[in-house]
Amino acid sequence: MNITLKIWRQKNKQDKGKFVTYKLDGVSTEMTFLEMLDYLNEKLIKEGIDPVAFDSDCREGICGMCGLYINGRPNGPQKGVTTCQLSMSVFKDGDKITVEPWRSKAFPVIKDLVVDRNAFDKLIQVGGYISANTGAAPEANSIPVKKENAERAFDSGTCIGCGTCVAACKNASAMLFVSAKVSQLALLPQGQIEAKKRVLDMINEMDKLGFGNCSNTGACEAECPKEIKLTNIAKLNREYLKAF
Amino acid sequence: MTKLDAKIPEGPLAEKWTKYKASVKLVNPANKKNLDIIVVGAGSAGASAAASLAELGYNVKVYVFQDSSRRAHSIASQGGINATKNYKNDADSDYRLFYDMIKGGDFRAREANVYRAAEISNNIIDQYVAQGVPFAREYSGYLANRSFGGVQVSRTFYAQGQTGQQCTLAAYQALSRQIKAGKAKIFTRRDMLDLVVIDGKARGIITRNLITGEIERHSAHAVVFATGGFGTVYYLSTLAINSNGSAALAAYKKGAFLANPSLAQIHPTCIPVLNDYQSKLTLMSESLRNDGRVWVPKEKGDKRPASEIKEEERDYYLERKYPAFGNLVPRDVASRAAKERCDEGYGVGDTGLAVYLDFKDAINEQGLDTIKGKYGTLFDLYKKVTGINPYEEPMRIYPASHYTMGGLWVDYNLMTTVPGLYAIGEANFSDHGANRLGASSLMQCSGDGYFILPVTIGNYLADQIKTPRISTDTSEFDEAEKAVKDKLNKLLSVKGTQTPTSFHKRLGHILWTYSGMKRNEEGLKKALKQVKELKEEFWKDVKVSGGLNELNQELEKAGRVADFFEIANLIIIDALNRKESCGAHFREEYQTEEGEAERDDENYSYVAAWEYTGETLNPELHKEELVFKFVKPIKRSYK
Repeated sequence: MNITLKIWRQKNKQDKGKFVTYKLDGVSTEMTFLEMLDYLNEKLIKEGIDPVAFDSDCREGICGMCGLYINGRPNGPQKGVTTCQLSMSVFKDGDKITVEPWRSKAFPVIKDLVVDRNAFDKLIQVGGYISANTGAAPEANSIPVKKENAERAFDSGTCIGCGTCVAACKNASAMLFVSAKVSQLALLPQGQIEAKKRVLDMINEMDKLGFGNCSNTGACEAECPKEIKLTNIAKLNREYLKAF
Repeated sequence: MTKLDAKIPEGPLAEKWTKYKASVKLVNPANKKNLDIIVVGAGSAGASAAASLAELGYNVKVYVFQDSSRRAHSIASQGGINATKNYKNDADSDYRLFYDMIKGGDFRAREANVYRAAEISNNIIDQYVAQGVPFAREYSGYLANRSFGGVQVSRTFYAQGQTGQQCTLAAYQALSRQIKAGKAKIFTRRDMLDLVVIDGKARGIITRNLITGEIERHSAHAVVFATGGFGTVYYLSTLAINSNGSAALAAYKKGAFLANPSLAQIHPTCIPVLNDYQSKLTLMSESLRNDGRVWVPKEKGDKRPASEIKEEERDYYLERKYPAFGNLVPRDVASRAAKERCDEGYGVGDTGLAVYLDFKDAINEQGLDTIKGKYGTLFDLYKKVTGINPYEEPMRIYPASHYTMGGLWVDYNLMTTVPGLYAIGEANFSDHGANRLGASSLMQCSGDGYFILPVTIGNYLADQIKTPRISTDTSEFDEAEKAVKDKLNKLLSVKGTQTPTSFHKRLGHILWTYSGMKRNEEGLKKALKQVKELKEEFWKDVKVSGGLNELNQELEKAGRVADFFEIANLIIIDALNRKESCGAHFREEYQTEEGEAERDDENYSYVAAWEYTGETLNPELHKEELVFKFVKPIKRSYK
């Protein structure tokens, strides 16, 4: 099929950037979205045009490195997929597709579709862990964990840190990301010792890094490729109130 | 040929590590803060090592090419992590895990290292649980286990189909805590392009800042490579698309021997190649073979939908050929069996290069909910990639390049032949022999990082406490930086017509055809010639767009592909040298009448460690004889 791509091009952090339109023939519905971009880039290179820079690594929806705004939605129109898992079969011949990077003050654009998500690492660094030094752990079965709690902790723990939630949010809030880690660790007995400090430190840091506030519109949950639930934010709020 | 000294401690197998720890040199806590350690890579090995070393008090510097240290490909490990807890009361023990790995590796791994890996496996589970890994649990609240390919006990701990993600994030979080504490420093979006050796010791690395293009110097008292495997040399693989062999090659060219590079695992259960544009292959965890049954039609070229093929028309070939292990045979055996059926014309799907993995019986016996609970994330993943619902139709699977058993040669300390350079995790060669068993990679990587390296590196650093901070203003750094810049400039100056990716595809095709699941002398020689020609063509006609001082993903790719040619050469040379079949290395000339691998213990019971001699076509072979004092190598049978 033939498609028209309107892609955000920006040389570097300082550049203002602009949309550039490319016509692309011979796109197969069997391609993934990123394979379509690979195909575009191979073509651009042959024509002597600088290829479009975009991030990706595992290409199976688990590393969280990719993530693009496609036709006004993070990761495109399919539900519960990362950008690398998005199939071109959801598009049809003649479609116009607009491709943008994540847009958020906390995630500055580095080049084209590549953004800096270092702020997420900073959030984890202030408290997204259990302080168990190597060697200090007791026998694994000495602290039983309710199956249900372990499963809920796992569901929260499946967050891949891709930034979709921030990109989807009109306030560019990182509440879903923070709440997933806070919930995961608070649901486990091992994580409860530091629960209060964790939630306070992570929320303070979130504000400091320039993420917006949550106004409960739920766009993050609707777009999250790992379908992390909004109930994590409820849990985060509860943990926050408990911390005082 | 020098004799390689693996520095294996004396004494009974089960006491070696304990004795080693009791006599290892220690670094005083006050001195640790004056010692710098570079860790390249932050997967389950690199992140756990970096965090543990920082906790001990060393100054740790970590380098990753991704935008965050949470993205390393360990996160894609699905099925689980082994430990000998014996929670199932099924007679598991350290010895049994050790024996399974030694046998599974077709008696081409080092006894002492493998035993140590088994011995510390329980500590890893304890550590991960304490760090918040949400492993699967029973209703009692105790940890659940499942069985995995190649063994007959249930010793695998798991977090649905995302065990690697959960474990690696725990290690990432532990590292994050040390970063905040100022004991570790993280350098993201850095490509490690060369190792710097000063007076025979590893003292630093040269990196390229992938955002600015700046070539940077970093020094330390010791360097740790946790850089994973180079399965992407086959182009299509289950690895992340940026995974590469450049660190292994850089170390090799600076004097580290590369061991058994041809021992590369082809994983049996991956989603088959669907089209020409494909950029990677997706793994379907081997745990699926616990409940899924592998079959092809009994009739050649039978193209009817699976649902129309009756029970008596199906050939459950693994159960037929290997009644004792059935669908749970090790990966090499399962992969070859699938290839054999497809080569004979029994394959399914449009391409005929696929076999069925069927859950119909498991769903009927255990119920849909149970199967969903065990494999939900994997079934969803499969459906996302293929559009086929595996709850209703059998999955189609085919083998794909996956794991590198070979890697940098290391001694018992995990030190390479370059003093002060360590290789941990998949980047080294020591624990998996000629074939890796499922759920033992996370185990080995985490074991190396959390519990082995932090002990063994002290033995080296204890002699370094009087060495001040290493200056980067030396002729060795000058030379290394110049070599890196020259190579990058050379890549940019070719200005040919073909992209790096197109060369990578062609290289992968050559290797897959002649040095994949089946190999023979004629094919390997042909491959050697073709790789050489393709490499020459690359340096004459590659087109790398963009410049040096900017984010330039084409330049990154080009550098990696240039290195892949040399890795490919080493793989083929090693495969030619090993005139036997063992594990994943199947030489067609050396097989039994029934088509099973025929090992030659008399002549090939050694680790082939290759030394760089100036150019990769002519490396020098060093042998580490494998001495089996505690097990008797037997014919490996799963029948």
